Amino acid sequence: MAMTARQRARVSLYVQAGIFVVAIAALILATDWETIGNSVFNFGKIGPMFPGIFVTGLTNTLIYTFLGFIVGLSGGLLLALMKLSSFPLYRWIASGYIEFFRGIPALLVFIAFGYGVPLAFGVSWNITVIVMVSLGMVASAYIAETLRAGLQAVPKGQLEAARSLGMPQWRAMITIVIPQAFKIVLPPLTNEVILLTKDSSLIYVLGLTASQYELTKFGRDGISSLGAGLTPLLVAGAFYLVITIPLSFLARKFESRTARNNR
Amino acid sequence: MNDVVNSSGSTSTIHAAGVAIKDLRKSYGSNEVLKGISLDVAPGEVVCLIGPSGSGKSTLLRCVNLLEQPNEGSIHVGGFEATDPDVDIDKMRRKVGMVFQQFNLFPHLDAKRNCSIAQTKVLKRSQSEADKVSMHNLERVGLGHLADRFPDQLSGGQQQRVAIARALSMDPELMLFDEPTSALDPETVGDVLSVMRNLAKEGMTMLVVTHEMGFAREVADRVVFMDGGVVVEEGAAEQVISSPTQARTKEFLRRVLDPTHIDIEE
Repeated sequence: MAMTARQRARVSLYVQAGIFVVAIAALILATDWETIGNSVFNFGKIGPMFPGIFVTGLTNTLIYTFLGFIVGLSGGLLLALMKLSSFPLYRWIASGYIEFFRGIPALLVFIAFGYGVPLAFGVSWNITVIVMVSLGMVASAYIAETLRAGLQAVPKGQLEAARSLGMPQWRAMITIVIPQAFKIVLPPLTNEVILLTKDSSLIYVLGLTASQYELTKFGRDGISSLGAGLTPLLVAGAFYLVITIPLSFLARKFESRTARNNR
Repeated sequence: MNDVVNSSGSTSTIHAAGVAIKDLRKSYGSNEVLKGISLDVAPGEVVCLIGPSGSGKSTLLRCVNLLEQPNEGSIHVGGFEATDPDVDIDKMRRKVGMVFQQFNLFPHLDAKRNCSIAQTKVLKRSQSEADKVSMHNLERVGLGHLADRFPDQLSGGQQQRVAIARALSMDPELMLFDEPTSALDPETVGDVLSVMRNLAKEGMTMLVVTHEMGFAREVADRVVFMDGGVVVEEGAAEQVISSPTQARTKEFLRRVLDPTHIDIEE
C-alpha cells in the first residue's frame, strides 16, 4: 500500500530519530567515564593555569593579533592599490606576493622569521617584531585580495564625481573611494581577524619567555605539567571562542547592515 | 577669498566662463563617437544638447571636463585649454561643475558634507567657511532643512538637487548637466528643472544634455541637435524645436514630442 507524502515524511523523521538514540546510547555505554573525567573534563586540576592564562595568555593573543592585523591592513591596502595600478610592474609584484604568501603555510613564515632570518643575517629580533612581520606578511596577502574586491565594488561614478570636483586621483581615493570600500569589506575583514586570532597560536613554536606566552602555549604547557590530560587545551580553546564568537557575530551584523543599505 | 563672499552673499555675482570646442573627435576603438564637433558657448549662455541616444552628446559633455579624453581637436574652457597635454586638470575642473544622470552623491556623507568636502580638501576653505557656503547652496536648491540627511534618506529629485548644490559650492564658472532628470520619478523632475531655470537666470553658463524639450525651449538660448556624432542642426531654441530645417531633426522631434505616435517600420 502506497504511503502519502506526509506519511513518508513522518516515517523518515522517526527513522532518523531512532538512529540518533541508538548511536548516543552506544556511545554512553562504551565510554569509560572515569578516564574521560580525569583526562578531558578534569577542571579540578587546572587552578594553576589561572590567572596566568587570562592575564598573560589572553592579553598576548589579543596583542599579537592586533599587531598582525595593523601590519596586514597597511600592507594589504598597499598591495590592493598596487594590484589596481596602471603601472604593470606594480601589478606583477603584488600578484606574486599574494600568490606566494597565500600558497605557503603560515607556520613556515613564522619559522623563517623566528629562526631562519636571525641565523642567516645575524640579527636578533624581539618577539614583537617577529610577530608583526610574520603574521603581518601573511595577513597582508589575504587582506589585499579582500580590499581589492572592495575597491572595485565602489561604483565608477563616485570617482568621476570626486574628480569632477577638482580632487586629484589620490585625494579622491582617500576621501571618497577607500572609506566606501572599507564599509563594503567590513564583514570579510572581520573574518580575517578571526583567522588571524587563530594563526597567532603558531607563535608558540618560537620559544617564548613566560611573559610572552599566549593562549596555545598555556594550553600546551598545562598538558605536561598539570596531569589533567586534555583539559588545559579545552580551557585554551574556550578562550579562543571568547574572542572569535563575538567577532563572527559582529561580522554577521555588519553583513545584514550592508544588505539593508543596498536596498 | 572673494569667491566665498560671493557665494554666501548675493546671487548675481557668477563669473561665467565660455567654452570653445573645435573639430573634436573621439573614438572607442574603431567606433568613432564624435566626428569633428565644433561648438561655442558664450559666457552666461545656456545651450541644450538634444538628440537620440548614441548620438555622442553625453560623450561631448564628458570631454569638456576631460572625464573622456578626446582624440583630436581642441577645447577651451575659461582660461584653460583642456586639450593641452600639460593642462592642470584638477585646477580646471574646479571651475566646471558637473551634474550626473545618476547623481553620484557620496553615500557615506550627509548632504552638507557632500557639499563641503571638496571645498575643504581642494579649495582649502576652513570647515566653518565651507559649511556656510554649503548651507547657502542647499538653501538655494530648496533643501536647507535636509542638510543632515544622508543620500539614501533623500528622494531622487532631492539627491539631484543636492548634487547641484555640491557643484555650486565650488563657485563654478560653467555647469555641465548630463541628462539630470532622466533617472528621476516624473513628479520630482519639476523641482530639479526649476533649480536649473533659476541658475540660468542668474547668468550661469550651462551646457545641458536633456530630453526635456519644454525646458530646452523655455530656458535654453540655443539648442544643438546631434546625431551620429555630428551636429546636424543648431540655432535659437524656439527655432530648432518649433521649426527645424533638417529632416533628421524633424523626425527626432516628432518622435520625442509625440511619443504616442507609433511608427511600425515594415
